[in-house]
Amino acid sequence: MERSVVFAGFGGQGLLFTGQVLARAAIKDGLEVFWIPSYGPEMRGGTASCTVIVGDEPIGSPVVDEFDAAVVMNLPSLRKFGPLVAPGGLVILNSSLLGDHGCGRSDVDEMRLPCTELAARGGDDKLVSVVALGALVAHLGWVTRESIGAALREMAGRKRPEVVDADLGAFAAGLEAGDVGRAA
Amino acid sequence: MAPRQEIEIGLRRTEAELEAGRRARVLMKGNEAIAEAAIQAGCDAYFGYPITPQAELLEWMARRMPEVGRVFVQAESELGAINMALGAAATGARVMVSSSSPGISLMAEAMSYMAGSGTPMVLVNVMRAGPGLGGIGPSQSDYFQATKGHGHGDYRVPVLAPASIGEAMKLMATAFELAERYRTPVMLVADGILGQAMEPVELRFRTPERQAFDWALTGAAGRPARIVKSLDLDPEVLERRNLALQQKYREIARHETRWEGWQLADAEFAIVAYGTAARVARSAIARAREKGMKVGLFRPITLWPFPERELARMSRQLHGILTVELSSGQMIEDVRLAVEGRCPVAFHGRMGGLVPTPDEVLGALKALRGRVERTRTTTSHDPATEHHPGDASANGTGVRTGARRRGRG
Repeated sequence: MERSVVFAGFGGQGLLFTGQVLARAAIKDGLEVFWIPSYGPEMRGGTASCTVIVGDEPIGSPVVDEFDAAVVMNLPSLRKFGPLVAPGGLVILNSSLLGDHGCGRSDVDEMRLPCTELAARGGDDKLVSVVALGALVAHLGWVTRESIGAALREMAGRKRPEVVDADLGAFAAGLEAGDVGRAA
Repeated sequence: MAPRQEIEIGLRRTEAELEAGRRARVLMKGNEAIAEAAIQAGCDAYFGYPITPQAELLEWMARRMPEVGRVFVQAESELGAINMALGAAATGARVMVSSSSPGISLMAEAMSYMAGSGTPMVLVNVMRAGPGLGGIGPSQSDYFQATKGHGHGDYRVPVLAPASIGEAMKLMATAFELAERYRTPVMLVADGILGQAMEPVELRFRTPERQAFDWALTGAAGRPARIVKSLDLDPEVLERRNLALQQKYREIARHETRWEGWQLADAEFAIVAYGTAARVARSAIARAREKGMKVGLFRPITLWPFPERELARMSRQLHGILTVELSSGQMIEDVRLAVEGRCPVAFHGRMGGLVPTPDEVLGALKALRGRVERTRTTTSHDPATEHHPGDASANGTGVRTGARRRGRG
């Protein structure tokens, strides 16, 4: 079985990083995974996205017909990827930037998160994508929380050990928000 | 919000399997994995010039080659890079260059010289969409170039086409081995997706054994001088050299053809696809099988030599073949030559940097099946005779299907 998620927003919001955290966590959980960034011209326009496909067998197609989940951090990403989420799928919206905008669909779960505020609570308001990853993992459980924590320590710790705590804080804030969203 | 069922993936694995997987695998980017595999295969010298989507390969080499005491040169252009590489390879060094489509075109002249002079070399093409500068999206539109084109003259080069990052790493060692065994340039073709993506890979490498070359320019002190060249103005001599080359190509075709089959044993239809397209095909086949269609995958790993005998054999059991490529249809010509009209051969592809989705390919499969069934019920003719190169329903459907579905992004 394969599951796919797209992380999309502005360059600098940590979307490619966060996708890699998920990919590394999947490996730690013994899963197969495929990470592919959009490297096309849209990247030069300031938007960035990556797709992560997780599965229990070697990943087939690197392109998917529809996503099981989407993390959207800005309006262009919402417009582009909102319609591409499978019915019954999950859309995590950064309401700090998107305000009241939504994907306008009744056939998907829409989770609105004030990612900037939640990230600030974790210690660094820039870590919006890590917040969203927390909510994603809380809601879908494709990988374990422990593996995400370990992957964050590895990846953030490699270059900037001083931000590891903030990353873990942002992830915890996202997890909490996701758990609440799940129970609601 | 409605509670959502947790997805149970990975539960089939034992604790030991999980532990082994955790230990052995790391996440690596295709371009970087190819570069590291080349280093571990003993690459002595790398020459390159940056181009998307293979830039990380050059960047990895720039950092790692000096670390291991080897040669890295960022040349002034692709022409500079390939000709420096030609000079280095003539000394018997294990040499590699990499680029993406437009850069490979610039290197084409030197490939002909290498083929003519019997100089081993590995070239990696992380293909992007053309023609011309085209775009930077993934593509397989250099199939003709890789298997039949590049430079002038009667020559071929082995072309390896991995479908995953792990396979690309393994094939790097194979590429150096073939280059030295047959004294020929060898190409490895990936596409932008394989170059840019990350996958878990095992850090297991192979270093092909070094051979003693009796042709390499290593300094003539104490022995007769050697000459590495492609020029021969005597037609008789040049024909003999060409005959020897052709003999070498027959040998390569006999011994070095590689391909992989999947779900072919009971298949009535097959998709022929390589690289990234083969992965899309695999997903489409899994969906087709869920719907009861007996479909398999025939995946050439060497594009030249093309696995024509194997595909010819397979085509005898098939009702139809669908070729899927990230191009307007290039490999399909070799598929048709191998199949020799034994069954209909249809096509589906995307261009410009777009990749067909599994559902698109599934749609093309169903269209092929429908066509075969109609032919079988409306005529007693062999379906193969219904099909010729100008037959739009056989050739063009795929591309047009693609255009119609473009709105899906």
